[in-house]
Amino acid sequence: MAVVERDVRPSDAAAGTSRPAARWFLSVGGIDWLTKAWWTCLSVGLFAGLWELLWAVGWADPQLLPPPHIFLSDFGEQGKFFNTATRWQVGQSMGEGPSAFESVMITVAATTMRVFVGLVIACVLAISVGVAVRYWHVIDKLVLPTVTLLSPVSPIAWLPVAIFLFGIGNAPAIFMVVVALFFHMVLATIAQIDSVSPNLINVARTMGASKHQIYGRVIVPAILPGMLQVLRMNLFGAWMVVLVAESTGVGYGMGQVIMLARNTFNPSLVFFTIAVVGVLGFGFDWLLRLAQRRILYWLPDTQEKLRGL
Amino acid sequence: MAFDAPHFSSRTAVVCRGAGKTWAAGTKRAHEALRDVDLDIAPGEFVVFLGPSGCGKSTLLYLIAGLEDATDGAIWSFGDKVETPSPQRSLIFQETSLFPWLTVWQNVSFGLAIRGASQAERRRVAAEALQRVGLKAAMDKRPDELSGGMRQRVAVARALAMRPKVLLMDEPFAALDVQTRARMQDFLLDVWRDSGASVLFVTHHIDEAVALADRVVVFTARPGRIKTIVPIDLPRPRNLFSREAEALRIQLTDLLRDEVDRAFAEQEAMTA
Ligand SMILES: Nc1ncnc2c1ncn2[C@@H]1O[C@H](COP(=O)(O)OP(=O)(O)O)[C@@H](O)[C@H]1O
Ligand SMILES: [Mg+2]
Repeated sequence: MAVVERDVRPSDAAAGTSRPAARWFLSVGGIDWLTKAWWTCLSVGLFAGLWELLWAVGWADPQLLPPPHIFLSDFGEQGKFFNTATRWQVGQSMGEGPSAFESVMITVAATTMRVFVGLVIACVLAISVGVAVRYWHVIDKLVLPTVTLLSPVSPIAWLPVAIFLFGIGNAPAIFMVVVALFFHMVLATIAQIDSVSPNLINVARTMGASKHQIYGRVIVPAILPGMLQVLRMNLFGAWMVVLVAESTGVGYGMGQVIMLARNTFNPSLVFFTIAVVGVLGFGFDWLLRLAQRRILYWLPDTQEKLRGL
Repeated sequence: MAFDAPHFSSRTAVVCRGAGKTWAAGTKRAHEALRDVDLDIAPGEFVVFLGPSGCGKSTLLYLIAGLEDATDGAIWSFGDKVETPSPQRSLIFQETSLFPWLTVWQNVSFGLAIRGASQAERRRVAAEALQRVGLKAAMDKRPDELSGGMRQRVAVARALAMRPKVLLMDEPFAALDVQTRARMQDFLLDVWRDSGASVLFVTHHIDEAVALADRVVVFTARPGRIKTIVPIDLPRPRNLFSREAEALRIQLTDLLRDEVDRAFAEQEAMTA
């Protein structure tokens, strides 16, 4: 890694280039970006290669563990199964309705929307409750025991509740995402508040800040970096639980496709869906890290230091 | 309470009478950090608190700042009993306590933002305060772009922007290298002279005490009590290599040695 980076320091390279397009590419850190993409491809490629190798020597049964080139090859065939959105509509046969690509997109969009909405609701609720717990002593006494009691409950246990309360559709899936993240995030928020440097709070106090101002101007900005970290950790949890939710009470979505694959014994479809979920989760994480760097411009880059060791 | 009435002169910057602090009072972990402190500090005076670490120097500053309540006795400042923090008494900490998400000028004008001052007003006051610490050019930088010494200067500017009458400083230069610290001491003396505020400065460096103080308050090991008060009437700017300065250093070293020995003995007894 270090060698690659040293060879292509953008500033050095940019100095020797005269073509405007090339200079623009280098100035926006195109080389860094390419290097990262290259390592990602290599990482995934190694994993896939290993799998292909196991298939080639005959250890991985293509009926059970079809390697990537098999389950990715007939996209058209697999994509059709994503058409769960309209399949159950009266008078609609497998051949009609949206194309394979459209089906995949509709399903992906539906699941992504549920994850996104669930995350936003869970975040807003959890941070509000966490801050309120520390702000008002009564809320601490009243709410914290219940939150602590409920946080070890597996999201699976909430599944029937989601269906009782919301039937089918988007609501139960979103509810599941919220309920899976909310309790942990409340506890994480409180832990973040408790670790705010007392000096920062004391500075604000000596300047005459009210309790309200201390929370608004010191505590909330101070916990933001930690909260984004917590959000990133929980992002993957959200992707996991949304599949569980969709596999039962919802008309369509990635979870439904997995269920369909299970019921029709279609390992290719399972792996295809896993690949799609992986790419989506990766994309979400990447966006969040990007946001993190934009919002939390003041954080030092520890990763760089560790890499130098 | 005998001391409740504000009968002390409203012209005395800080008055401590029988001030004491027991942390976690009334619990099993209760321990006494400070006992029976009587101290008067005049306006514009530079007082250094010197004592072995753990003897309660920071605790006393917190009490004077109003960030903690005294468990015994009472403290007054300019005639008012100290019960809550006040912008009149600014505290500067050892570690950087700048808000990392704000720029330098926003940090400096934080207290004005609390009072709802306009942006133009805040920028003007911040510029003025930063001018006084020689960092006007760094106004729009972020704290993590500054060196340790610069950050402490910004912290001083932030305190000055509140126009405090008492400046409380808790080992503010302890984390700096020796050369930077010497420069910061000169800088602090300039700021002190301009501002007219009383400075209460905690350190465990004898050299620093000799360089800065009008009076050095020497504390005993925990629970901290005032052991002696050593006045220093060397003219400023001080020659720290003069015979008088050397004699003071020897005197303070002797005073401190006994207490450090006692603090060690106590710590050994606790772990034995
Ligand atoms: N917030 C606190 N809670 C409980 N004990 C404390 C607290 N702050 C300081 N102490 C204790 O009070 C004693 C004096 O501490 P401190 O005032 O920080 O000493 P110094 O500043 O002289 O080194 C120490 O024994 C320390 O452990
Ligand atoms: Mg201290």
